[in-house]
Amino acid sequence: MAEAFLEVENLNTYYGDSHILKDLSFKIRRGETVALLGRNGVGKTTTLKSIVGWVPPRSGRVSFEGRNVTGQEMMKNARLGISLVPEERRIFTNLTVFENLKLATVTAQKPGWSLQDVYDHFPRLQERATNKGDEISGGEKQMLAIARALVQDTKLLLLDEPTEGLAPLIVREVEAIIREIKSKGMTILLVEQNFYSALAVADRCYIIDQGTIKFEGTPDQLRGNTEVLSRYLHV
Amino acid sequence: MDADIFLILLQDGVVNGAIYALLALSLVLVFAVTRVIFIPQGEFVAFGALSYATLDLGRTPRSIWLLLALGAAATVCGLWTQRRTLNRTALAMLLSETAVFPLAVAGLVLWLAPLKLGVAVEAILALAIVTPMGLLIYRVAFQPLAEASVLVLLIAAVGVHLALVGLGLVFFGPEGSRATAFSSANFTLGPLSVPGQALWILGFTALLIVGLYLFFGFTLHGKALRATAVNRLGARLVGIPTADAGRIAFGLAGFIGALSGVLIAPLTTVYYDSGFLIGLKGFVAAIVGGLVSYPIAATAAIAVGCVESFASFWASAFKEVIVFSVIVPVLLWLSLRSGAPAEEE
Ligand SMILES: Nc1ncnc2c1ncn2[C@@H]1O[C@H](COP(=O)(O)OP(=O)(O)OP(=O)(O)O)[C@@H](O)[C@H]1O
Ligand SMILES: [Mg+2]
Repeated sequence: MAEAFLEVENLNTYYGDSHILKDLSFKIRRGETVALLGRNGVGKTTTLKSIVGWVPPRSGRVSFEGRNVTGQEMMKNARLGISLVPEERRIFTNLTVFENLKLATVTAQKPGWSLQDVYDHFPRLQERATNKGDEISGGEKQMLAIARALVQDTKLLLLDEPTEGLAPLIVREVEAIIREIKSKGMTILLVEQNFYSALAVADRCYIIDQGTIKFEGTPDQLRGNTEVLSRYLHV
Repeated sequence: MDADIFLILLQDGVVNGAIYALLALSLVLVFAVTRVIFIPQGEFVAFGALSYATLDLGRTPRSIWLLLALGAAATVCGLWTQRRTLNRTALAMLLSETAVFPLAVAGLVLWLAPLKLGVAVEAILALAIVTPMGLLIYRVAFQPLAEASVLVLLIAAVGVHLALVGLGLVFFGPEGSRATAFSSANFTLGPLSVPGQALWILGFTALLIVGLYLFFGFTLHGKALRATAVNRLGARLVGIPTADAGRIAFGLAGFIGALSGVLIAPLTTVYYDSGFLIGLKGFVAAIVGGLVSYPIAATAAIAVGCVESFASFWASAFKEVIVFSVIVPVLLWLSLRSGAPAEEE
């Protein structure tokens, strides 16, 4: 395997006494889109939070571009170019769409997409530019959260269930955006419940169960493996 | 009580209330951004007033040495907390804030103080001495505790308060001081004789409230401060340093405290420990606003000023008791209402 862009080795993460991630390891190469799949509550979100330092792992190692970033403060990881778009999005609801983007731009270490790029790819955000963060739909919030990562110099985009709770039409729109971002060379780690949606864009996928990786392969290998599918994903 | 006395007491109440309003706004601001219940707010008032009064006498206020000492402590703290990430720009920024600026202010004060250049220059010098103290205290005492609970931060705040009162005694001595007013003008308004200083106080309060409103309501920087205050995680996700927000909030707290001190210095005799009671009244108002609402806090502050002034007329011995008893029903009401505002989800 070529040198890993992100390498996660033997992560052990706890919430208090409950041991959530158990010696979890995986790798992502530069430019790859990797899907992290698994049933409810198996530790997908916790994996993302451990990578960015939101919930620092108790042991193990996270390296990004060869640099040890284990448990490093979230803000510093953001500045290195690791951007998490969490399930709850966490955009600023008291700021307008435009201000949210502007703020991300001025706090970026290096510029990423221009505001015009964003508006070209997310015409809905341009229409809603002067609406506040709590006056836009769930899909628009998701787009804003992704766009906010893009105007910064994001190198690794971590997406936690970006299509969750969205209407089918909007789901397709968000999927198209992810494909577009991917085609521009972004490295993406995608957490999804929506198995079909994830396999449609991923280059490789991992299945996590009870805090460890149970399967690694290409989307085709996974589609052909009915045993793994029924055992870990109930499909 | 006749109408004339009523009006005079009201005037007194509103003027004092304006000062409490400034302090209340500062307390709400600091709490919103950093979750620190900033007990030492009043010390900045005392330091501002005493520095200004000393400058007014053409002498050098010893608070410049306090500023330099705080600067030295902040330098050490900054070097330690940033030891892993310190590069050249970060070092330059740290030193300019903790060493260069305090030294420059001290130098300027040593040079200008004996010249007695008038109230405006003296007021600006007093502000320049005390404002950065807010920022330096944040670096020394609160930035290292940024992720601590509200209770731990409160304990730290009490510690800072006690330390500053002690330092106040060392640097200013036990005697009180009073400064000359900004203007000796006096306006007659029906039965009221309004001293020019009262108008300065009301004017500055209004100006500062409008300024804060414009800053937080209309500039990206101000909005970002508010946004990071309610959504800390969101801020960290996009790499907004929440420590910068804390420094700005504490800098503003230092400025507002110092300005309040300069404004009241001509009206009352201020001692090294006078700040606490003044700050506490601002605190009462801030609590009434639930430590989150600026307009309620400002209105409550004016009310506190009026309660105080009427209480001092009817039962001056119990004035403070009456003022602080007002807070009890408010706390009851607040606790009966829904819980404290949580972080935005
Ligand atoms: N803050 C927390 N404190 C304690 N336990 C938690 C916390 N967050 C999650 N957990 C528990 O950790 C386990 C893994 O949670 P996690 O959110 O990582 O799952 P997930 O795979 O993302 O699930 P979902 O698909 O439902 O989002 C779950 O059992 C959950 O109940
Ligand atoms: Mg999850």
